[in-house]
Amino acid sequence: MSTGATTTAPHVAGHVDHHGGNYLNCESGWKSWLFTLDHKRIGVMYLGTILFAFLLGGIFALLVRTELLTPQQTIMTADEYNRMFTLHGAIMTFLFIIPGIPAALGNFVLPLMLGAKDVALPRLNLASYHIYVIGSLMAVTSILLGGVDTGWTFYTPYSTTTNGAVILVTMSVFVLGFSSIFTGINFIVTVHRMRPAGMGWFQMPLMLWALYATALIQVLATPVLAITLLLLIAERALGIGIFDPALGGDPVLFQHFFWFYSHPAVYIMILPAMGIISELVAVYSRKPIFGYKAIAYSSIAIAVFSFLVWGHHMFVSGQSELAVVIFSALTFSVSIPSAVKVFNWLSTMYRGQIRLETPMVYALIFIFLFGIGGLTGLFLATLATDVHLHDTYFVVAHFHYTMMGGTMIAFLAGIFHWWPKMFGRMFSRKWGNISAALVFVGFNLTFFSQFIMGANGMPRRYFNYPPEFQIYHEASTIGSYILAIGLFVAAGVLIQSLLAGRQAPTNPWGAATLEWQALSPPIQHNFDGPLLLTNPYDFTSNRWDEAEQGFVPVIPVADKETQTS
Amino acid sequence: MNGLTHMISGSLLAAIRPFLAQLPDSFWMPSQASTTAGEVDRVFFVIYWISVFFFAIIVGLMALFVVRYRRRHPGDEAVHGTQHHSVPLEITWTVIPIAVSVVIFVLGFRGYMDMATPPRNAYEIQVTGQKWQWFFTYPNGFVTSELHVPEDRPVKLTMTSEDVIHSLWIPAFRVKKDVVPGRYNHTWFEATEPGTYPLLCTEYCGSGHSDMLTVVTVHPSGTFDQWLQEASNVYDTMPPADAGKLLVQRSGCIQCHNLEGNAGIGPTFKNLYGYTQKLRGGGEVTAEDNYIRRSILEPLADVVLGYEPVMPTYAGKLKDKEITYIITYMKSISDRGGSTEEAAADAPAGDAANANPDAATGTEGH
Repeated sequence: MSTGATTTAPHVAGHVDHHGGNYLNCESGWKSWLFTLDHKRIGVMYLGTILFAFLLGGIFALLVRTELLTPQQTIMTADEYNRMFTLHGAIMTFLFIIPGIPAALGNFVLPLMLGAKDVALPRLNLASYHIYVIGSLMAVTSILLGGVDTGWTFYTPYSTTTNGAVILVTMSVFVLGFSSIFTGINFIVTVHRMRPAGMGWFQMPLMLWALYATALIQVLATPVLAITLLLLIAERALGIGIFDPALGGDPVLFQHFFWFYSHPAVYIMILPAMGIISELVAVYSRKPIFGYKAIAYSSIAIAVFSFLVWGHHMFVSGQSELAVVIFSALTFSVSIPSAVKVFNWLSTMYRGQIRLETPMVYALIFIFLFGIGGLTGLFLATLATDVHLHDTYFVVAHFHYTMMGGTMIAFLAGIFHWWPKMFGRMFSRKWGNISAALVFVGFNLTFFSQFIMGANGMPRRYFNYPPEFQIYHEASTIGSYILAIGLFVAAGVLIQSLLAGRQAPTNPWGAATLEWQALSPPIQHNFDGPLLLTNPYDFTSNRWDEAEQGFVPVIPVADKETQTS
Repeated sequence: MNGLTHMISGSLLAAIRPFLAQLPDSFWMPSQASTTAGEVDRVFFVIYWISVFFFAIIVGLMALFVVRYRRRHPGDEAVHGTQHHSVPLEITWTVIPIAVSVVIFVLGFRGYMDMATPPRNAYEIQVTGQKWQWFFTYPNGFVTSELHVPEDRPVKLTMTSEDVIHSLWIPAFRVKKDVVPGRYNHTWFEATEPGTYPLLCTEYCGSGHSDMLTVVTVHPSGTFDQWLQEASNVYDTMPPADAGKLLVQRSGCIQCHNLEGNAGIGPTFKNLYGYTQKLRGGGEVTAEDNYIRRSILEPLADVVLGYEPVMPTYAGKLKDKEITYIITYMKSISDRGGSTEEAAADAPAGDAANANPDAATGTEGH
């Protein structure tokens, strides 16, 4: 790719004051936020709402862990406990981790990374947020109505026969699904239509590949969830007899439908996380990403394979042995592109110039935890061992290592990375790294002990448990408190930066993707003046400037070839 | 870089191994008590060491690179490397994981096929799961709530559920299978060590999910048939109230109906017989023989006020004679049941003491 217009360095252009300020202060009043069409404001609102959901889900998690301190009742009854873990799972899955990275960070950075003014369909974007809020309010209402005790998976016939606000929660997930579909459609159209001249598919930042692959799954898989949930509601309200064996239905059919969405949804969660890590490892190693095409293709491969493996949630359900064997074999296919990514990240670090800024520390924690999460997946894909480990704490630990150790950590890494761009303030690197250390220690204490007790015979979703597992539960609970403290420190670091942080330079990390050519925070229409289009991983395109305390562009010689060969 | 990889992984593994060797065998897996448990554990530890190996490489390299290529000042510009891709490397780290995956899949497949195929001569036990207890029906029609199996003889479980999905797990045997309403699922095992082992429900099934556990007793070779013979007749060889107490314990009644006078998921059995109960649907009923019998067979018919209609039916699980024993036992622990001759004659001393009205103050309101 040859460089684009190179007349004006953007940080110079950025000093021109437009409309009196940036996207945060250009308009005021709650209506200017709630009805904005600006992708950045929508992203920020999503971020706030999603973090609130995370707090809520986290409180439920801590209550669950506290209850499990003793083998018998500790602070709540069995029925309350069942509601707690259901709400923890449902909120974390549907309100936090599925929309988390795409809707909050993706909305903010995707148009900026394309050098665009906004997403292709700004009104659809706003509608997606409004629908998300409505769905979330429905979920919260159901809590006030006494909650549900089905588990976040809503397995029939339990979910069609139990008491509680099952229909409302199910409707809420149904509504949230549309929010997800809208975001997905928007990103697909935006990536197809709004790439700047000179940015072909293989000149896109890998974050965009990841968001694109995610959007494909969102659009293709979410409708199946919607249909499944409607059938569940119809079964519960009208007794149509599709899932309930008492009416001639098949309860395992529900599991097929449910996991046909919910397994791909696992990759809705992890793919954008991998996109963030791909960006961060390159930026903080100041070295072009190793194996760009391999990482890009592996995102698409994961998206495709994700549709073929749902049956591995049902190895002991009584589905046919043939199906069991085929699903086991297909499941291993997902491990390959994931492994390819990890090795490429490591190779990017090899002979790089690694700077331990807080986002990079979180990215390294991601590789550590996702490594454990991915490798323990091998035990569960393998038939002989899965029969023993299915529905135990081993599974709980495995998916927390991938979902929380993976997606949530990457989400934090991304928040710290783009925070200066979003709010124009620098945070304390030292305290950011302390938060990372606390999260790391707390996380491993919380979840590694769960691998051990799971393999030893501790089933999941147990209110009472045999006393020999108490030592592991205690370790897990103490770990969860440390983890919570770490997350509160991280929140404190970010809030402190808003109140008293140093003004962020345009490009504090030396990244080469286009969003770092916008001001920090960007003006309402993102960019002012022509962009310097370089390879997103060519870090010779900027250099450290002591006066700026950030990186400034190196004005290239006209038509210099900068593309990765 | 490959040389480096080997060096690091080798040294890391060497560092970790002695530590792990110190761990007792039971650190990861419970004791083995079936013919397939050993194979499952072998597969587990093959994957385990493969995982440790790859994890050591990943984290070892990561740590090494961070230390070695650390940039202390953001502006430090020392270009070490510029290589951005390498087809041979990409192929290497695609092919190796594929090969490893194929090996693991085959190991898991082999082990699973053994576990999925019951031998033709297996001894068959019917399993029924219902909220929140297990029933095991032996070929002679005898029903227990704890599983009893012979040593060194394949046992096939044919399982179904009365209500929601449950899942039967015996960790020591490494077997697990969902117990689904409206269909029969099968699993099998051959126990190798006499003793008792936990048997648990692992599919979430509501309030009592975590109490839906019992034990499996493995009887030493050659003693199982004799045990079954004696156990099947046990209720007829003891006083009716004792037989009733045993039935209450073994049929799982006490999970919801305790014997100490405290309300549980259902009313306590203590001082229930002979007392008048208010009903959920309005009205009253005196808990005498016919009401109790009906409550066992049609539990949702007249539910006592203050309790949820959640009890499953025992029709087909308890014989008429056994229901009579249970009623006799309930009389024996009620201060209004003591007038019958059976209770007076047969209730053991301890139960008679419990029937003392002074000890029954906790039962008000039921």
